Amino acid sequence: MFDDLRLPLGDWVEAGVDWITANLAILFDFVKSVITGIYDAIEYVLIEPPELVLILVLAAIAFLVRGWKMALGTVIGLFVIVLVNQWDNAMATLALTIVAAFFALLIAIPLGIWAARNDTVSTIVRPVLDFLQTMPAFVYLIPAIILFNVGVVPGIIATIAFAMAPGVRLTELGIRGVNREIVEAGSAFGASPGRILRQIQLPLALPTIMTGVNQIIMLSLSMVVIAAMVGAGGLGQPIVQSLQRIDIGLGSEAGLSVVILAIFLDRVTNALGSLQDHSPVAKLRARRAAADAPRPAVVEPDMVASPTAETEAAAAGGR
Amino acid sequence: MSEPSANGDAPIVDDIVVRVEHLTKVFGRRAREAADRLAQGASRDEVAKLGTAAVIDASFEVKRGEIFVVMGLSGSGKSTLIRMLNGLLDATAGSVDIQGEPVTGIDPKRLRAVRRSQVSMVFQHFALLPHRTVLDNVAYGLEIQGVERSKRLELARAVIERVGLSGWEHRLPSELSGGMQQRVGIARALCADTPVLLMDEAFSALDPLIRREMQEQLVELQAELGKTIVFITHDLNEAMFLGDRIAVMRDGRIVQIGTPEDILTDPANDYVAQFVQDVDRTRVLTAASVMEPPAAAVPVTMGPRGALKTMRDMQISGLLVTGPGRTVLGAVKDRDVLRAIQKGEHDLGTLVDASVPTVSPDTSLADLPELAITSGMPIAVVGEDDRLLGIVPRVLLLAALGNVSTDTSEFTIVDIPPAMDPQLVTQTLDDTEVSDVR
Repeated sequence: MFDDLRLPLGDWVEAGVDWITANLAILFDFVKSVITGIYDAIEYVLIEPPELVLILVLAAIAFLVRGWKMALGTVIGLFVIVLVNQWDNAMATLALTIVAAFFALLIAIPLGIWAARNDTVSTIVRPVLDFLQTMPAFVYLIPAIILFNVGVVPGIIATIAFAMAPGVRLTELGIRGVNREIVEAGSAFGASPGRILRQIQLPLALPTIMTGVNQIIMLSLSMVVIAAMVGAGGLGQPIVQSLQRIDIGLGSEAGLSVVILAIFLDRVTNALGSLQDHSPVAKLRARRAAADAPRPAVVEPDMVASPTAETEAAAAGGR
Repeated sequence: MSEPSANGDAPIVDDIVVRVEHLTKVFGRRAREAADRLAQGASRDEVAKLGTAAVIDASFEVKRGEIFVVMGLSGSGKSTLIRMLNGLLDATAGSVDIQGEPVTGIDPKRLRAVRRSQVSMVFQHFALLPHRTVLDNVAYGLEIQGVERSKRLELARAVIERVGLSGWEHRLPSELSGGMQQRVGIARALCADTPVLLMDEAFSALDPLIRREMQEQLVELQAELGKTIVFITHDLNEAMFLGDRIAVMRDGRIVQIGTPEDILTDPANDYVAQFVQDVDRTRVLTAASVMEPPAAAVPVTMGPRGALKTMRDMQISGLLVTGPGRTVLGAVKDRDVLRAIQKGEHDLGTLVDASVPTVSPDTSLADLPELAITSGMPIAVVGEDDRLLGIVPRVLLLAALGNVSTDTSEFTIVDIPPAMDPQLVTQTLDDTEVSDVR
């Protein structure tokens, strides 16, 4: 009985996109050239140097944030990528991920802060995020292609839209979750809202915000692979190829490379969120803090809250 | 620190620092309407549909150098009240001003200026910045005031030393015990160097022994620095110990404002009366509140015969003897006076035993029993210049204490110092018996 009724939603969207292409071409060209420029630069840095140099650099990063075990794992994992002949693709994917995650963070964190401080913004942003997060990822590729043509940029744009949501949510959650009394203390001593944000809310929300950063990076990586369908290079390309040719060999080699990259990125960003006591960076900081703060000469024994262990001092420095 | 009561310790200059007038706070979307109805005399329940009335028509004044305690159970509105004093919450109606500067109805920028210059706050759960060292936490107020770093750290170090935390400057708050964290909280508030200090249940999260210590330290600091303190608590003993004056709150209204003694001896209504039943009276009541007019005292000029006659008339065995200007010279006993009369001496002054116990009017009742027992004489209450104000006879003291034990569920024997010598007691009683026979 509803046969005659047809909601022309698709037509409207199409008309809207047409209008945008016709009228906002300058804006999109600008966005496109900015993103392409940044991507090319990063890809150049990642692909030009010999594999060994990059492997050592990435292993060094792993060592600094986490320790030698992580560094060893990184070296082994990256060598596997080299050995299955996916190195260039992997670096292209890494570059895509870095660019997409960077822009997603650039939008997500300020938006999250705004939403945390303003209930109206929060109410508006929430359904938008629901929409962005649940829309099937492929759908983003269609308008992206129309607006930016085939290539790297539509892939990155679609990735940004897809990966942004958890960053906004976790930033808002983190800031709203900061102990109310501590925020009150800031106001009670006459601090301005900006100062409270900088000195109290952001530092205390940092672990949650870093979880958001981690989520954004992981989602970017997964979306970047899908974006190969619109011509963004990288590990997505052999995967799409192998899907078309039912080439299980190629598919598993490229897939494994994605997994190795994912694990590396996840561990590194996680470690950044909570620099652990035994990471070399944390130890360095603890030593510097200890040098700044001479031990108390006399400590009344009954006033000691907890015995001063080496680990505590390290933990203090790491925070 | 040894003074059990804060009353009268601090020099209270009679000018008003915090003035609160008809302050009302209603939470809810129709708060203003509710506040108007409350002002017209509606009850809290009647406006419940419009909003939750947390504070209703509170008015009081806090004088310079005073510890003003706001006491009430949870839900009585005391936390809301204190948060309106520094504008953390907007008042729905009424006004607050601090040293003549309004806190209510001003723009945020001006409010921040008032907070920086006039009023700092200590929080129940300390509210220290966990990522900063003790030193940086204490200096926080000065940092916001824009004091240069080296200068503010120097000031902070001085305050840290004053609250007894030297050596802990570079630790993080999480490395400190609760009591020490709250000392940091107090140091932070003191370091901001504002005339007014708001303390929101500042000691409630601490365990009892530490709480006691902190209360004593606060009284000491206050006497030293002369801050004006508004202290919120739900603990009546704490209120009685700290408060120069106490406001008792119930269901958003202030039901009584008075000194601890007023509230104890003259409760405004049954609610307050019931509330104060549990308080440890000996720590609140003072010698002045139980002393009697000095009937059993004679001027030295009266001579031995006059003294003995007074004793016979009053049926007592001893008298206080006063000199010029009603200063206490000491006491005489009937035996000695009798002997002197038999020997024909005429100077009462030579018979006086100067070792009579004297106390000041604000000595707490808890300190009196030991004196009464060891001396066997009534205790003389003297003001400045040794002028005799009154006496606390032993019987009266026992009565006052007896009253406590019937009224109070938690009166413990610990308050009477255990250092009593049983032999002395017996001897004193013997003496009394002998003289009574005569």
